Amino acid sequence: MAHHNIIIPTKDKLFNLGEFSLRRPGNLVTAVILAVGLIITVIRFTQGIGSVTNLSDVQPWGMWIGFDLLCGVCLAAGGYFTTVGCYVMGMKHFHSAVRPAVTTAFLGYAFVVIALLYDLGHPLRLPYMFFFPGTTSVLFEVGLCVATYLTVLFVEFSIAPMEWLAGKFPFLLNWRKLVIRCTIILTIFGVTLSTLHQSSLGALYLIAPGKVHPLWYSPFMPMFFFVSSMAAGASMVIFEGMFAHKGVHHYMDATHLREADEIVFSFSKAASFILFAYFMIKFTDMLVQANLPYLVSGYGLWWLVEMLFFILMPALLYAKGSRERNLKLCRFAAANTVLGIVLNRFNVSMIAFNYALPSAERYFPSIWEICISVFVVTMVVTAYRFIVYHMPVLYEHPDFKDAH
Amino acid sequence: MNRRKFLSILGSAGVVSALSTAREAKAGGTHSFPYYEGSYGVLHDTTRCIGCRQCEAACNQVNNLPKPQKSFDDLSVCATRRRTSAREWTVVNKYVVHGKPVFRKLQCFHCNDPACAAACFAKCFQKQPDGSVAYDGTQCVGCRYCMIACPFYMPGFQYDDAFDPLVMKCTFCAPRMKEGKLPGCIEACPMDALTFGKRSDLIKVARSRMRKSPGKYVDYIYGEWDAGGTAWITLAPASGTATAASANPAHDLHPLDLDTHLGNRPIGELTYGALGAVPMIVAFWPVLFGGAYAISKRRDAIHEAEKEAVAREVKNDISYVVNTAANKVAETHGPAAADTVRQAASDALKVCERPLRS
Ligand code: SF4
Ligand code: SF4
Ligand code: SF4
Repeated sequence: MAHHNIIIPTKDKLFNLGEFSLRRPGNLVTAVILAVGLIITVIRFTQGIGSVTNLSDVQPWGMWIGFDLLCGVCLAAGGYFTTVGCYVMGMKHFHSAVRPAVTTAFLGYAFVVIALLYDLGHPLRLPYMFFFPGTTSVLFEVGLCVATYLTVLFVEFSIAPMEWLAGKFPFLLNWRKLVIRCTIILTIFGVTLSTLHQSSLGALYLIAPGKVHPLWYSPFMPMFFFVSSMAAGASMVIFEGMFAHKGVHHYMDATHLREADEIVFSFSKAASFILFAYFMIKFTDMLVQANLPYLVSGYGLWWLVEMLFFILMPALLYAKGSRERNLKLCRFAAANTVLGIVLNRFNVSMIAFNYALPSAERYFPSIWEICISVFVVTMVVTAYRFIVYHMPVLYEHPDFKDAH
Repeated sequence: MNRRKFLSILGSAGVVSALSTAREAKAGGTHSFPYYEGSYGVLHDTTRCIGCRQCEAACNQVNNLPKPQKSFDDLSVCATRRRTSAREWTVVNKYVVHGKPVFRKLQCFHCNDPACAAACFAKCFQKQPDGSVAYDGTQCVGCRYCMIACPFYMPGFQYDDAFDPLVMKCTFCAPRMKEGKLPGCIEACPMDALTFGKRSDLIKVARSRMRKSPGKYVDYIYGEWDAGGTAWITLAPASGTATAASANPAHDLHPLDLDTHLGNRPIGELTYGALGAVPMIVAFWPVLFGGAYAISKRRDAIHEAEKEAVAREVKNDISYVVNTAANKVAETHGPAAADTVRQAASDALKVCERPLRS
């Protein structure tokens, strides 16, 4: 059987933590990052935000918003992208990609919220937004949608831990059945919420017309953020898959392995179209807003770099890769896209933000801010590994073979 | 400016711009903050200001702010371009405009329809009937979105406070006003550069000053309309080159860091298109994706039916072939042989998982 060399936890042996104690460089690096992260966490929460960040009154949002929130949410778009493809559009062969995508999306959002707590002056007051709802605020809408979507993702994801624990706690089976029956509703709910908050992340900056450089500021920023999140979702599935095949290959069953390449090519084709569309709307927006003159400046050059090398180029590479069924090329394009999305979010939130201020007042993240971001990513990876070692994410649980 | 306004009406909806335009027309009305008729304001006449920093000292004192390292008597600090912060709610900067020094006091403008209030997701800011924009720190989450939103870069944040960091800005001395006193900075000004009064009166005062001294002022009351209008308004001196200046007030205002590109609508309105699209998406997306789901289901059903039809046909063909062959064998070799043929065919078909039923 395809399963015989995957370690599947049983009723009597629920845990499979051996992987974490292996003396491998990966585990060592993880341990060091987590230790450093914990120390900075203590400093941050006892000495204040100012003690570890370069944030200032002119740059109130830096790395922790620009990377952890904007990129985190966008790169977790694989969840809605894959579930819509599989369940709504009926692409059945995406099936083995659904669970890994939902898992990473859930972890992504959960850790976005955790990372946000570092950035908030009063982290414990986060629920105040529900007690004193500022309904005129885009941030309120983002918060509401992210909170709801995190719940939806938790429910969608919960099938995996329940299959893991069902042997010991049989009552979980009922809940599991209920969730599976609601799959399509959850999926549609999820894509609606995702559309809203992915676009709203762009809408956050609509209120700062004088601060974001005109080449990036546009009334259509919400649309740009949403369209690019689709490309990010597709690319992240490929990008993560690449690492999963390296690190946790031995937890993948035959179905997963058989479908993996086909999924890469399908997603590549989709991503290629989306990126072309994204390129076109951004380019048209530049013309419509009469921003052509800005192109002959430093920022103009930088904008062109983003447009040509991080949107158009991956679009072309994806098209070529999926047509020639070239796995390596598709993966390269995925990495290129992910990098491009990060670059775009950095541009809007940091590089092209406060563009008119003298360089002395401009922001560059402190080493500690970057460390916390790395710390958060490492926590996501570690949690992902824990889940994959224990739960049927990359394989189908033998007890639940038929059930999808 | 008009171009931006046009675009924001046309397109800030973003995802479903076409759907949201109808909504947006209404949004401006429903979301607006009240604009209080008899509210107070302050007119800052920069032509009278001498950069003595008395207002800074007074603000520091009446609000019990931490003492600065350099005393308020040190006028050299005006030369560096400063901004307001959590410890300095007002600062006086020196700008050199066409060779002449001009001093300008910076503090929260107390906008009529403030961007900070539109941006806050915990409703901390409130425009008050007295004209001030009040901030309630007890419900502040510390997200600092108000600071992103303020087009004047006014609010400061207590980054060094670990346990109760708050946003800080000029309060218009609302507590003093309640006691019937003037704001600290206004009381302290020895040059009468700051005039307190009803905002509507102050606009008239500003106009009459311009009329009385032709050529002295830029023909522009900063804050009358900017960003939807502000309670604190500013008059700036005209530069010597009067013709150029009157043609374009920005020419004389930009050197004072007064941004004339903010438009005359409240900044918060820029986001109403996107917010207006929310209910549309909530209503439309489930129908759209539900429809897509129904179509893909239907497509699967049709596909299944077709597959079944083909299978049935194949089955019929096979039984026809086997029966014809068996009948032929029965004629030539007898019924026993025909049964053997049927059995053999059935076994062979079983192997390729197509049971023969005849
Ligand atoms: S100046 Fe800034 S902080 Fe003051 S009311 Fe206006 S938007 Fe708010
Ligand atoms: S009104 Fe009060 S708080 Fe505002 S600048 Fe003047 S003294 Fe300071
Ligand atoms: S006290 Fe009056 S004259 Fe002195 S700096 Fe302040 S505004 Fe100018």
